[in-house]
Amino acid sequence: MKVLVCITKTPETTSKIAFTADNTAFSTEGISYIMNPYDEWYALVRALELKEQHSGTVTAINVGPAENDVIIRKALAIGADDAVRIDTDPKSSKEVAVNIAAYAKDKGFDMIFCGKESIDYSGAEVAGMVAAILDLPYFSFVSKLDHDGQTATVERDIEGGVEVATVSGGFVISASKGLAEQRIPNMRGIMMAKRKPLEVIAGQDVQEDVSTISYSLPNEKQGVKMIDAENMDELVRLLHEEAKVI
Amino acid sequence: MSVLVLAESPKGRFKKAAQEVVHYGYQVAQMTGSECIAVVLGSADNPESLGIYGATKVMHVSDSSLDVFDTQHYIAAVKQIAEQVGATVIVVNHSATGKSILGGLAVKLNAGSVSGVNTLPVITDGFRVKKNVFAGKAIAEIQVNSDIKVLSLMGNSVPPVEVGSAAPVEVQTVTLPKSKTVVTGQNTVDGIVPLPEAELVVSAGRGMKGPENWGIIEDLANVLGATTACSRPVADTGWRPHHEHVGQTGVAIRPNLYIAAGISGAIQHLAGVNSSKTIVVINKDPEAPFFKAADYGVCADLFDVVPALTESLKRFKESN
Ligand SMILES: Cc1cc2nc3c(=O)[nH]c(=O)nc-3n(C[C@H](O)[C@H](O)[C@H](O)COP(=O)(O)OP(=O)(O)OC[C@H]3O[C@@H](n4cnc5c(N)ncnc54)[C@H](O)[C@@H]3O)c2cc1C
Repeated sequence: MKVLVCITKTPETTSKIAFTADNTAFSTEGISYIMNPYDEWYALVRALELKEQHSGTVTAINVGPAENDVIIRKALAIGADDAVRIDTDPKSSKEVAVNIAAYAKDKGFDMIFCGKESIDYSGAEVAGMVAAILDLPYFSFVSKLDHDGQTATVERDIEGGVEVATVSGGFVISASKGLAEQRIPNMRGIMMAKRKPLEVIAGQDVQEDVSTISYSLPNEKQGVKMIDAENMDELVRLLHEEAKVI
Repeated sequence: MSVLVLAESPKGRFKKAAQEVVHYGYQVAQMTGSECIAVVLGSADNPESLGIYGATKVMHVSDSSLDVFDTQHYIAAVKQIAEQVGATVIVVNHSATGKSILGGLAVKLNAGSVSGVNTLPVITDGFRVKKNVFAGKAIAEIQVNSDIKVLSLMGNSVPPVEVGSAAPVEVQTVTLPKSKTVVTGQNTVDGIVPLPEAELVVSAGRGMKGPENWGIIEDLANVLGATTACSRPVADTGWRPHHEHVGQTGVAIRPNLYIAAGISGAIQHLAGVNSSKTIVVINKDPEAPFFKAADYGVCADLFDVVPALTESLKRFKESN
């Protein structure tokens, strides 16, 4: 079974978010990066589990500049067999998807896994775009996936519940919580990762159909109003008269 | 030229999400001097009612195979209707369904797309919309440069308003690609407002000590008509179902009221809830970081405060 796992990097979750002086770009100063949790914890680990069950290979792919190699090596340390980096600094989801699809097109992957969204821009678009470009079935927010070698059974999150479906032939998923449990790379994995192949391929330019004009910070809260625990009627009054939410 | 909106009809019924997307489309149409057309896929009761929120016409693709969600079918159907009506802006909800088709639609329509939009566009200088990024820690203003634009609309961002009356309904047929997938089952809880749509949310964390204590949270939620949520460790340990997990790695929500009991307010939790209009925090630790992000705080034992709040609310509901 050949699985392609798409990984991206995101600012570490406790990062303080700031912008360049003219507010047109995200300030990377002092930011440390992690592999996007949905990619690492769920997509990658489930791919590895399926490979352990059926044999095969797991390839990690990232679209991004050379500094992303750290994240890619981590995917190799967790257990991916090999990796590809498409060398371009993508400006949009579509640019990422076009590059992944161009690579995957004739490689015969049985499945392509993405995380459900990146936790920085929360677009949740790349996986669906890859599927559309390659004309493959797509299941979003998959929290369970079994494969018997012929047919896959997927459970995906829908509003207020789950939907179960089967599919045979290639397909794309986005992975959500529950699909697998996080794996911490061990020393042996980290050592081996250094010798695993990481192929670098030139990227394709994609017409920029969306562009970020500016960033701003949300309005600060006014400060908390403390309410006496003995006086919940007062809280109810404030919620009704002041906040007007009930 | 027109604005096309996908009005979802889960189990044949329109919910608030459908009203929101229609009314959003109506406002975009007003701005651009065009009309808002709603597309409805599969069975739906009273599709003409979408006119109330501003649709001038409803294109109803009533093919029953669209009652089950297949990404490729939905994309093909919306694409065909969009081309038929010459839509230049297509809007879907930022729901499980909407998010699943947004990227694919953008590819198939050769459009630029923005997901999770939470404002009306500004069209004085190009076509610009805003969305939350970095888990609500910032807002990005994004310009869509392509001729065709596809957006997903974040719930509770733009309130639906009644502006019209029943709209004419045209029954449509579309050609669907042969599906390689079979939906074998669906398991949804009826009667509960899904978290992304909920206006009122009652959430609890590890301070609850164990799953057996959740009765007081459910009682509070019932009095309010609120949806319940929880912090990540609570879902991870199986005290509550995964779909209740809110935060950076869970669902991101923006209800009118978010009540958090026994949740410390870690940055990753705040990331998913800090766009809530009003936040009430109940925590016995005066140093809990959540108080800094709250509008109202009660510093005491939640096992006393939550039932007392429920009682006060009951009295309030009876006298109002
Ligand atoms: C990459 C990453 C992603 C994450 N994503 C998320 C996410 O999406 N969502 C999320 O929630 N967390 C997330 N976390 C975890 C987060 O950092 C916190 O660990 C978590 O939110 C804490 O949950 P909690 O507030 O329920 O528990 P705790 O931090 O243990 O807090 C319990 C609180 O209850 C209070 N308390 C205890 N007893 C009582 C009582 N009787 N009455 C009143 N108050 C009481 C305590 O004072 C305390 O403040 C993430 C972490 C990482 C590293």
